[in-house]
Amino acid sequence: MFHKATSVAVAAERIPDGATLLIGGFMGVGSPHRLIDELVRQGRKNLTVIANDTALPGTGIGKLIAVKAISKLITTHIGLNPETQRQMIAGETEVELVPQGTLAERIRSGGFGLGGVLTPTGVGTLAADGKRTVEIEGKVFLLELPIKADFALIGCHRADYQGNLQYALTARNFNPIMAMAGDTVIAEPTEIVPVGEISPDHVVTPHVLVDLLIEKGQ
Amino acid sequence: MDEKVLIAKRVALELQSGNLVNLGIGLPTTVARYLPAGVDVCFQSENGLIGLAPVPAKGYRNENLTDAGGGPVGALPGAAAFDSCMSFGLIRGGHLDVTVLGGLQVDELGQLANWMVPGKMVPGMGGAMDLVTGARRVIVAMTHTAKGAPKILKRCNLPLTSVRRISLVITEMAVIEPTDDGLVLREVAPGVTVEQVVAATEATLIVPANVPVMAIAVDEPETALA
Repeated sequence: MFHKATSVAVAAERIPDGATLLIGGFMGVGSPHRLIDELVRQGRKNLTVIANDTALPGTGIGKLIAVKAISKLITTHIGLNPETQRQMIAGETEVELVPQGTLAERIRSGGFGLGGVLTPTGVGTLAADGKRTVEIEGKVFLLELPIKADFALIGCHRADYQGNLQYALTARNFNPIMAMAGDTVIAEPTEIVPVGEISPDHVVTPHVLVDLLIEKGQ
Repeated sequence: MDEKVLIAKRVALELQSGNLVNLGIGLPTTVARYLPAGVDVCFQSENGLIGLAPVPAKGYRNENLTDAGGGPVGALPGAAAFDSCMSFGLIRGGHLDVTVLGGLQVDELGQLANWMVPGKMVPGMGGAMDLVTGARRVIVAMTHTAKGAPKILKRCNLPLTSVRRISLVITEMAVIEPTDDGLVLREVAPGVTVEQVVAATEATLIVPANVPVMAIAVDEPETALA
């Protein structure tokens, strides 16, 4: 039995400038906050980030926005972070806005080995620009392509040392989906418990998907 | 009565026992306060919860139990938490009975624009496109005008949220239903005339012979609406 726990500094050093990151969380709830802080501290640049939102200024992914560590952002909602909107309108950060359900399914299809998904969401709107449409039984759908990333940075409630993960309430959000779609998956649990303590029925993300666990403070 | 309270109270009358309901951020969220007695609905939050309860007192809050704006909420006994794919599967898959959203513009086709003003305000669509596409009923709760300018137009000139026809628009002046024939004026607010609604609306309204007054309790003088 090997265990996957490592320090936040060592884990963040695995992530190079220019990497593509899936980052879990919804308005910062369920985001891997210590990993984000460490990426800021190490001065990472030119990141492509795929995340539901950029939280509030000074919170979660908002910290990466503040130091301009992100060159491209794929997200659903930036309305609560005026700095992200400012960078988008000023052309400083490339922002692709995606409907939330579509983002979830694009990531899922990436992680599940599918060629994309067909969704009715966005048909006839700006979200359809440049996308193929498919008509099925008289109804029009957009073909939305899969998303994968070099890394998935996951916030979770509990892990065992082997990497089985559990989530808490609304901190779950995109995390279990993103854990399927990163080449390297780094999870930041609130606590790490001995292997065997999490009942198989209660494992949400199985350990084979997880490469590294962030251990508690150093 | 404050105009937003009036809108929320009227929207609340649209909800029926057993409904699964998603309330958008802002004015729509306040609808939950005005549910008529005996109406038992279930609220969904798209960040992954069914069974939302009012914000608990300090000391009862959980940092991992939040609404779609990231603020604290409660959960009722029997609540369920799930991931974003499940949350939008419920929305897109036809399992959500009602969504209540804010609006920037609604037009004669019943189409809604509510997610961006190009070059000025780009909050993003968040879950709005999925909600308007997938919910069984879409209720837009918004002020009738913005700084005196009509928001109910012949055609939206802001980017659309969906091409799907919404179910109902509820403002502080009127209840309007988009139909095959166009926008039908269903109700006026207490103290508001049909002529005032027509004057504040750019779109052509179909006005039936009888336009009833909203059946809401007015607990303040009607002048408060002016």
